[in-house]
Amino acid sequence: MPPTNVLDPRYYHKVVDCQWACPAHTNVPLYLRLIAQGRYADSYLLNRESNIFPGILGRTCDRPCEPACRRGRVDEKPVAICRLKRVAADLRGDISDRLPRAPDLKNGKRVALVGAGPSSLTVANDLLPLGYDVTIYDKHAKAGGLMRYSIPAFRLPEPVLDEECGYITGMGATMKYETPVTSMRTLLAEGYDAVFVGSGAPKGKELDIPGRNDAPTIHLGIDWLAAVQHRHITAIEPRVLIIGVGNTAMDCCRTARRLGARDATVLARRARKDFKASPWELEDAEEEGVRIVENHAPKRFIVEQGTLTGMEFDQLQWTEDANGRQRSTVTGTVVIPCDAVILAIGQENAVPWIESDLGIAFDARHMPVVDSMTHESTRPGVFFGGDAAWGPANIIWAVAHGHQAAISIHLHCAGRSLTMRPAAGMTLTSAKLGMQAWSYSNDYNPSPRATMQHQELVKRFSDVSVEVELGFTPDQAAREVERCLNCDIQTAFTDSLCIECDACIDICPTSCLTMTAACDTEAELRDHLSAPTLHPEQALFVSGPLPQTKRLMVKDEDVCLHCGLCAERCPTAAWDMQRFDLKLVYAGGFVAAAEAR
Amino acid sequence: MSSIAKPSVRHPSARKNAIGLTKADYEGAMSTLCAGCGHDSVTASLIQAFWELDLPPHKAAKMSGIGCSSKTTAYFMRQSHGFNSVHGRMPSVTTGANAANRDLTYIGISGDGDSLNIGLGQMVHAIRRNVNMLYVIENNGVYGLTKGQFSATADVGSKSKRGEVHEQAPIDPVLLALTLGATFVARSFSGDKAQLVPILKAGLAHRGFALIDVISPCVSFNDHEGSTKSYAYVRGHGVETVATDFVPLRRSITVPAQHDEVTVVQMHDGHRVRLHATAPGYDPADREAAYGYVRSCIGREELATGLLFVDAAGRDMHDLNRTVPSPLAQLPFSSLCPGSAALDAMMARYR
Ligand SMILES: Cc1cc2nc3c(=O)[nH]c(=O)nc-3n(C[C@H](O)[C@H](O)[C@H](O)COP(=O)(O)OP(=O)(O)OC[C@H]3O[C@@H](n4cnc5c(N)ncnc54)[C@H](O)[C@@H]3O)c2cc1C
Ligand SMILES: Cc1ncc(C[n+]2csc(CCOP(=O)(O)OP(=O)(O)O)c2C)c(N)n1
Ligand code: SF4
Ligand code: SF4
Ligand code: SF4
Ligand SMILES: [Mg+2]
Repeated sequence: MPPTNVLDPRYYHKVVDCQWACPAHTNVPLYLRLIAQGRYADSYLLNRESNIFPGILGRTCDRPCEPACRRGRVDEKPVAICRLKRVAADLRGDISDRLPRAPDLKNGKRVALVGAGPSSLTVANDLLPLGYDVTIYDKHAKAGGLMRYSIPAFRLPEPVLDEECGYITGMGATMKYETPVTSMRTLLAEGYDAVFVGSGAPKGKELDIPGRNDAPTIHLGIDWLAAVQHRHITAIEPRVLIIGVGNTAMDCCRTARRLGARDATVLARRARKDFKASPWELEDAEEEGVRIVENHAPKRFIVEQGTLTGMEFDQLQWTEDANGRQRSTVTGTVVIPCDAVILAIGQENAVPWIESDLGIAFDARHMPVVDSMTHESTRPGVFFGGDAAWGPANIIWAVAHGHQAAISIHLHCAGRSLTMRPAAGMTLTSAKLGMQAWSYSNDYNPSPRATMQHQELVKRFSDVSVEVELGFTPDQAAREVERCLNCDIQTAFTDSLCIECDACIDICPTSCLTMTAACDTEAELRDHLSAPTLHPEQALFVSGPLPQTKRLMVKDEDVCLHCGLCAERCPTAAWDMQRFDLKLVYAGGFVAAAEAR
Repeated sequence: MSSIAKPSVRHPSARKNAIGLTKADYEGAMSTLCAGCGHDSVTASLIQAFWELDLPPHKAAKMSGIGCSSKTTAYFMRQSHGFNSVHGRMPSVTTGANAANRDLTYIGISGDGDSLNIGLGQMVHAIRRNVNMLYVIENNGVYGLTKGQFSATADVGSKSKRGEVHEQAPIDPVLLALTLGATFVARSFSGDKAQLVPILKAGLAHRGFALIDVISPCVSFNDHEGSTKSYAYVRGHGVETVATDFVPLRRSITVPAQHDEVTVVQMHDGHRVRLHATAPGYDPADREAAYGYVRSCIGREELATGLLFVDAAGRDMHDLNRTVPSPLAQLPFSSLCPGSAALDAMMARYR
């Protein structure tokens, strides 16, 4: 086993589980520490560097960081990373003079962005400060994309959306609202230096079963949500069935309850354990009186004299075959009476406006052929990102795509190779302030995860835009940030200093450390650890041969608490705690480290 | 010192032993010793040994004197009895405690200064009496607590941190114990848990005085060039003479003895200890040979380690004095204090 190369920023980056899992690689532990210090504006701006929309994402993010959070392996429940982001956003005060600005002198390059959703807005955010002339087309009257027209206001209040989209559009993008792009050929003819397609996956999936077109009260989920958002629809019939159990279904059923549905029932083909919706969304829906029914497959609509009266379903039983594939068998049928149905079974990409003879290739599934690193289509200068690139995902992926596409556009406009992208860098700074004194709070806080306060039900149903989540109280926030283990404060080891006294191994509360004879393979090494491997995907740090016995110091990163006790008990400072800061690359080079640091 | 107490969480795989305790249940207060002190490693080995032996903490008494080493009883088994005596008097206090309550497991932790300087007169009598106890000397060659003066185990020619050369002949606790008739004599190193833990377990299972001299470097005052008690020196000069394997009651010895030198010692409580001499012809049951061997190692500037001598059949203090079989506290009051008539009768015998 060769010694671990900790000079490769990826090693320490992976130790920061949340930051590694975040598509935009937000520096979570640092922003949590800034909250702990009451530096909300600094925390907000640090967030904004990578994820652009802290207030929006602090309410709506799919939070891939949380299942990855180390605290979940140590103590079951991860840190409430997402909702702490909202704390920074809510309490940030006026930060307008600290936002990026577009220079007066432009660089002479013109870029068109199709769609004003999060992916395009991110591209604009990164390119405007570099002097680009950015034009954004959207068929709607306001910016935000699905964040505005699908996500209901009771989850994401309009002022939050307006403010954060406004930070970007206010930098001087030319906004062409209510201007659907109907021909790529025409757009290209306008001579832009680059075009970015961030038009999303705007088409709701259809359910082709008998009766689909026979009654007016059968809706497509995302169209229905948009109509509610536009206040074209303000009421719904008393008995509503929602077909599908993804995130859209959750928003539909909860909106239906607010528009007058007495019974809102969500019907899923699958068993509950295989639902797509996040567990917290299911909980919130059930708290609002939504019934969720599993193992039902729609068969036909029952329409009598133009009026929907019910729907027939096959009842399914799922079994797993030898290959682990789920198979269903029909065990019966059932009719569920209803007055309206909302279809929420998925979305599809639709770019009928891109002509087939422009050199922009599509695959057999009608998806554009897009390079996963550069986001470029098969036509140079035309880029895709967000849901338009690889199908429906979420906001934080759209943002991550936007950053990468902006880098490509910047390279493209400079006539440089898109694949010669600068790599991420890092800095490591000792966290030692003195004898047993650190620049972070290293003590382990055993508090349980904070629970979100919700608006009471009566108030919630009074208007579709009453926000449900009230945010954490200052006390809750202060306690919750202390649950973070500070995974960015790395245990950095210097082999030549170690005298093999065992002190670090003896003190480590979670048995992360081992000194052992050299082994040929990682598997062999794992057999000799102080505590068995529970998560083989978690890295092992392996030192070079130690001075006295030529044994190796090995650390299993899995459940390290970053408590710093190894460094405190080490007589020679062979272990040190060092703050790792990943230097991400954005269009135009390194973004200046936030003033916060 | 550390800035924080050890966090309460442990590795998710942490197991409970036969009496339902995790290793954390055998821990104590946070150590206040210098970072890197060998004594903290001995503490970690003790915790491991107690946990593996399923020792009930409330049935143990931690005994110590004065010194950094003697402080360590605070750092393990927080739920046990304990007595922190005057400097060097731990052996006598333990002798008394053991006389009164023979049911407890006595764990004596001492230093080279505590045992071989100020407490030498106490320790030798505890050995002579074969008091049933584990007696660990955390031997660093100096008075650590008082900032590094040479102790009775400092070797001739070894240098203090400030360069002063030591000239007085040392006392070797192993040789001393062998001459005094000790029934269990071992030497180990704080930095070698694989060797130390089975020896500690064997010592705890032994009935009688179990002396373990553990070389335990003082990282602040005696871990420099020229010291013969530094990490580097011990690693360079230690030779394992006897490899020890502690075989718990319920496990049978499955591995056949590949070596002629393998000796199986049946301990008083049913546990067994498997000894494999790595020095050719070494017999851990032969006191004279053990003495000679350890001396010859000293001549070669080698440090003989392992369980060097054991006599599991030795009689302990209670056997020798034919005491009552139960702790005094459990005797009915009438037999513990038979009254003035009984006293008069006894006195009459001497008139
Ligand atoms: C009901 C629902 C709830 C969701 N909830 C969440 C959530 O809680 N958290 C989360 O992270 N994600 C959520 N998502 C997903 C998330 O909204 C999308 O993944 C994200 O908005 C995609 O961003 P985008 O930039 O690719 O495009 P979009 O947000 O889809 O924006 C595309 C924009 O392009 C415009 N457009 C399309 N075609 C044209 C054209 N030809 N000319 C001009 N303009 C055009 C559209 O009007 C739209 O404004 C949800 C999605 C739905 C449907
Ligand atoms: C009666 C008495 N004499 C002297 C001292 C001062 N003193 C305290 S600790 C110590 C030496 C301890 O040495 P050792 O037992 O080797 O322990 P170490 O600190 O090295 O582990 C001395 C002399 C004392 N506390 N009491
Ligand atoms: S404990 Fe903190 S730094 Fe570690 S993964 Fe969780 S949120 Fe991130
Ligand atoms: S910081 Fe050091 S002592 Fe603390 S858990 Fe990690 S490896 Fe163990
Ligand atoms: S505490 Fe320091 S010197 Fe001792 S073994 Fe650990 S790293 Fe090495
Ligand atoms: Mg000493």
